[in-house]
Amino acid sequence: MGSHATVAGDPPVYDFDIVRKFSIMTIVWGIFGMGVGVLIASQLVWPGLNDLLQPYTSFGRLRPLHTNAVIFAFGGCALFATSYYVVQRTCQTTLFGGWLVPFTFWGWQAVIVLAAITLPQGMTSAKEYAELEWPIDILLALVWISYAIVFFGTIVKRRTSHIYVANWFYGGFIVTVAVLHIVNSAAIPVTLTKSYSAYAGAADAMVQWWYGHNAVGFFLTAGFLGMMYYFVPKQAGRPVYSYQLSIVHFWALISLYIWAGSHHLHYSALPDWTQSLGMVMSLILLAPSWGGMINGIMTLSGAWHKLRTDPTLRFLVVALSFYGMSTFEGPMMAIKNVNALSHNTDWTVGHVHSGALGWVAMISIGALYHMLPKLFNREEMYSVKLINLHFWLATVGTVLYVVAMWINGIGQGLMWRAFNPDGSLTYSFIETVVFSKGGYVMRAIGGAFFLTGMLIMAYNTYRTVNAAKKAAESVNQPVQAPAV
Amino acid sequence: MDVGTIGAISTVLVTIAFFGVCFWAFSPKLKKRFEEDAKLPFADEPQDKHTDDHK
Repeated sequence: MGSHATVAGDPPVYDFDIVRKFSIMTIVWGIFGMGVGVLIASQLVWPGLNDLLQPYTSFGRLRPLHTNAVIFAFGGCALFATSYYVVQRTCQTTLFGGWLVPFTFWGWQAVIVLAAITLPQGMTSAKEYAELEWPIDILLALVWISYAIVFFGTIVKRRTSHIYVANWFYGGFIVTVAVLHIVNSAAIPVTLTKSYSAYAGAADAMVQWWYGHNAVGFFLTAGFLGMMYYFVPKQAGRPVYSYQLSIVHFWALISLYIWAGSHHLHYSALPDWTQSLGMVMSLILLAPSWGGMINGIMTLSGAWHKLRTDPTLRFLVVALSFYGMSTFEGPMMAIKNVNALSHNTDWTVGHVHSGALGWVAMISIGALYHMLPKLFNREEMYSVKLINLHFWLATVGTVLYVVAMWINGIGQGLMWRAFNPDGSLTYSFIETVVFSKGGYVMRAIGGAFFLTGMLIMAYNTYRTVNAAKKAAESVNQPVQAPAV
Repeated sequence: MDVGTIGAISTVLVTIAFFGVCFWAFSPKLKKRFEEDAKLPFADEPQDKHTDDHK
């Protein structure tokens, strides 16, 4: 059959302009979304901060802005940037789609700006992680379908015979998110800014959490695993540990994740068997998750020494460690008995952020530090020392955040379920809030650490781009990164 | 056919599919091919410094 990897002729000049745009916006939206996060974390410590500009700055209005900004603006731009980069390089061809390519960029930015305008005004469909009202949902669906056409069109015109595993993960993520978004956002519009869900009662809750958990499973996991399967081998300088395992990983992960959503609705009006199914599927999910994590980490075997000198690689490996940790914690929390303690407590918030900061953000940051110099035709980033500083700020920030929420969450769960011998509650709700104050302070500090790291990244990127511009001027030719 | 039977049949089918994927992925005949495929990320970089220990 011959070699699958090589093709005749030189690789083409890739479309890196779109990748550059999405990469820069990843950093911009990261700072914005995490900035809002630090603000609302501070509101829980100093409630007076709610009154900065009422009603727009109340916690209830800014919280969906934070989640939308970090998941879809920061995470989304990172996924667009890396998937466009990876699919071109592993297919050794340019992007398919013509004007659809810039449309995905400007359309996606428009969705984000519209979210930032409507959410603080209280325009929301009240579905978690799908709060945007129907006109924005329609725009989002159009952008996403264009993304699918560009991505799969590029795969169709590839010059390699094999489709690299990273593209399988990106492809699975794109298809599934399209289905999830369109089904869950089905609604009856009343006015331009108000609609009601097409579903009712327990069915609405199930559709919402089928969407909600797969937003985690496909948007925040499968897509970023695509990133992992390209950038970890590249940065480590060796192919993935086991390509065979990556195939089993892909099929097991995508076929299991879709069933786990009902664990968000334990002890609710959802039929009992559906809750148990979600619990069992979540537990089984541990196997492919850890298979993938081990595959990523073992890619470094024989290259461990590189971790000492390469903070970019450290970002990628610590991301995998947090991935392993939160995919262990998740199935545990999906067990009904554990969930009875953890549900509605800060433990859930901690779990989400060990995944979001530790896994999603760190793997994206690592991928960006790998990609940025190549995109701007530089040997490396302006300062490797600043990458190292960013790494420590991000790691310490995440650990502070997660530990604070563990303490708060377990404490809250235990206090809420404590009864006196006569059957009355041992603690009033406000006593659990007073208990949580220390953790809230620690969480705000952790978040501020992480945000500071992002600001350092922005500075480092600015200097790198600036140096690239200067170099281009001095040789008097346009910045066009060749296929390095 | 009741829900229990459909559940049982689908469990069996999914199990077969899973082992099918495993046997296919790990079949000794394809080992060489997959090792080649794993090198795809490096294929478009003739002189990338990161791939020194891989030539």
